[in-house]
Amino acid sequence: MDTIRLIIVAVGGQGNLLSSSILGEAALLSGIPVGMSEIHGMAQRGGVVESAMLFGDALSTVISDGEADVLVGFEPSETLRALKKCNRNTVVITNLAPLPPFTVAMGKGVYPDLDRLQDLIRAKTEKLIAMDALKLAKQAGSNLAVNMVLLGALIQTGKIPVSAENVKQAMRTKVKPAFLEINLKAFELGFSAAQTGRS
Amino acid sequence: MHKLLQGHSGLKMFLLGNEAIARGAIEAGLAVGATYPGTPSSEISSNLFEMSQESELYFEYSVNEKVALEVAAAAANCGLRSMAVMKHVGLNVAADALMTLAYVGIKGGMVILTADDPFMFSSQNEQDNRFYGKLSGLPILEPSSVEEARVMVRYAFDLSEKIREPVLFRTTTRINHSTGIVTLGEVSPVKREGNFIKDPFNYVTIPAVSRNLHAKLLKNMEEAKQISESSEYNFCVGEGRWGIICNGVSYNYVRDAVKDLGVEEKVKILRIGFSNPMPDNLIKTFLEGCERVLVVEEGEPYMEVEVKAFAQERGLTLPIDGKAPDLFSRLYEFDPAMVRKTIAAHFGISYNPPAVADLSDIPEIAQRPPNLCAGCSHRASYYIVKKAAEGMETVYPTDIGCYTLGVLPPLSMADFLICMGSSAGTGCGFSKAAGKKVISFIGDSTFFHSGIPGLINAVFNNHNLTLVILDNGTTAMTGHQPNPGVDMNMLKLKGYGRVSIEEVVRGIGIPVVTVIEPFKIRKSIEAVRQALQFEGVSVVISRQMCTLYAKGLKLESKRAFRISNKCRNHRNCIDELGCPAFYVREGTIQIDPGLCTGCSVCAQVCPENAIVPIKD
Repeated sequence: MDTIRLIIVAVGGQGNLLSSSILGEAALLSGIPVGMSEIHGMAQRGGVVESAMLFGDALSTVISDGEADVLVGFEPSETLRALKKCNRNTVVITNLAPLPPFTVAMGKGVYPDLDRLQDLIRAKTEKLIAMDALKLAKQAGSNLAVNMVLLGALIQTGKIPVSAENVKQAMRTKVKPAFLEINLKAFELGFSAAQTGRS
Repeated sequence: MHKLLQGHSGLKMFLLGNEAIARGAIEAGLAVGATYPGTPSSEISSNLFEMSQESELYFEYSVNEKVALEVAAAAANCGLRSMAVMKHVGLNVAADALMTLAYVGIKGGMVILTADDPFMFSSQNEQDNRFYGKLSGLPILEPSSVEEARVMVRYAFDLSEKIREPVLFRTTTRINHSTGIVTLGEVSPVKREGNFIKDPFNYVTIPAVSRNLHAKLLKNMEEAKQISESSEYNFCVGEGRWGIICNGVSYNYVRDAVKDLGVEEKVKILRIGFSNPMPDNLIKTFLEGCERVLVVEEGEPYMEVEVKAFAQERGLTLPIDGKAPDLFSRLYEFDPAMVRKTIAAHFGISYNPPAVADLSDIPEIAQRPPNLCAGCSHRASYYIVKKAAEGMETVYPTDIGCYTLGVLPPLSMADFLICMGSSAGTGCGFSKAAGKKVISFIGDSTFFHSGIPGLINAVFNNHNLTLVILDNGTTAMTGHQPNPGVDMNMLKLKGYGRVSIEEVVRGIGIPVVTVIEPFKIRKSIEAVRQALQFEGVSVVISRQMCTLYAKGLKLESKRAFRISNKCRNHRNCIDELGCPAFYVREGTIQIDPGLCTGCSVCAQVCPENAIVPIKD
């Protein structure tokens, strides 16, 4: 099968690694070859966490600049920063709720304007799906469910060769029972938001 | 039960490379393991340590890598299967033990895991540890994938027993921190009862003994070479007159590139997984079938140099290339597009790389560097020392841990760092050469690891030096592993001792020892100021538990703080502390109550007393 290359970027603490491991388990359930690599050296110290996932027959677990088929960004300025991984045919999904880096408070940098950010991404890629994933996560019952909202949106695009059912099945084994309901709801909300194009 | 213990043979799991390695060791019947934590190897040890609490395995966090290797070496010479786990630079610490252990050899299988870090995602250098195989005379195995890592670790124990030498198992970050589908194998029973049979004229390395042992090592290496020649880990893929020799993750990039470029009929790939000793006949035969050869390996031209030597021995003159300005670099890690492009250019294959988006109109995005956590005691300690040293000309040698982040503004409290423990040793040198007051910083785990000899040196040679020991009660940076100063009862683990840093320091004979609680700012500044006045060696122990660790242990939490309307926007809080719980909204300073841990340091720094605890 053709290789599908997915990049997920997030800020430490946003639950990127849980969503990518759920996606990996779902691929395993679907019988799809999958490989992943993560860079999270100092994630707990507020840095960026990046997961690269390759579905299909590739042996590499790294995605070069310009070669992502799909980019999911849990934080808008990080989505923009990761645009170097994209090309004209990339589908981008981004959260619109900012977590400004501390350098902004220190006056050592400017946070990008959100409208301009979306225009730029739209102009350089095939499609942008943007939503306030934090709002939807709160609606599902927890600020921490941003990761599942975006996972839902990702699956809705049909770009990843795993079914929503297998992702939910993987969630049941990976998510703590107490949070499962909220996470499933967040997944559904993200899925529908991507469908309607609104959040 | 630990997930890596309950999985039955044949089960498919989606595992991190480090989990697959831990599982491979369990499948091999590992009996005794030891480590000093270091990224990218840390999860191997954390998984083995957890499993040791519910299995026959003995696993310890040793004080440093040298001791870890010695622990494993002794167990292996009692006939048990043993393992020492460390990051690449850890093997420098253990190198003294490694070199002569190779002479002595082992009885039970012993694997030394060295995790290299090309690109230095979380390391101070990107040294290529394959050269340790050459230096010591020990075999090296290098996996290319997560699944292969599991199988290969298992095999490494068998190989070790066969040639009676420890085996170096070399990974890179992209193996350790990749995740893939792994099919579990059978778990072998653990042989846990060792027996040391005295044989001093083979074990005690006096010169007369070592002369024999070196000859024995060379014989063992000869045997290893025969095994390498026919090893299933050195294999060929494809047919053609263009040859590519590769190892580790480079093999994946090469395979994908050859497929993407559509040259599978033209390229023959030799994957080297058993890389010391190199299989010379296999390589010579491979070269004879090629018009030209490209060696694809991250790091140093380790294979390339040997392959060229083999060609010379066989009288072959075909072009062999690898590292060159227009080919592969010795710097950093490789990636699929770079390998694809270089292969295409080298063999003259037509290739149009995909167009990367033009990003010239993207505005500069505020950087997001890692930062000390909200409520981190190191921030307070740095602030205290900075204030206490005001007016002094200072140099700040630092060390390895979270607190190295103190190098960043606004703290800017780090001037020199080369390795674990170097704050103490270089502090001695600076005191004689820098012409400034020397204030060194070291964490608790790093102090035990290799800071103590430097401090003893400072006492003996009477250096003028203040060592600030940042004691946060855990090895925080690598994921809160234990160290000899940790209270293991808090982790509900029994049977451990505990070493007091203060007693060690006093025992060394430090004349001035000051213990501070860094969240008490004014009192601490005064205490540190006095310690700095002392001509000679003084030690400040700044004692406050890591805030993340305390949270993990569910210890008492404090009220978060807020900015009251007394704020006059001096911004000392932001400008001098740089705590990530702060942010600016519409020109006014705010504190995120979800991030604030209530350490109260900012409240003590604010000139208007405008920062107050949130009332219910």
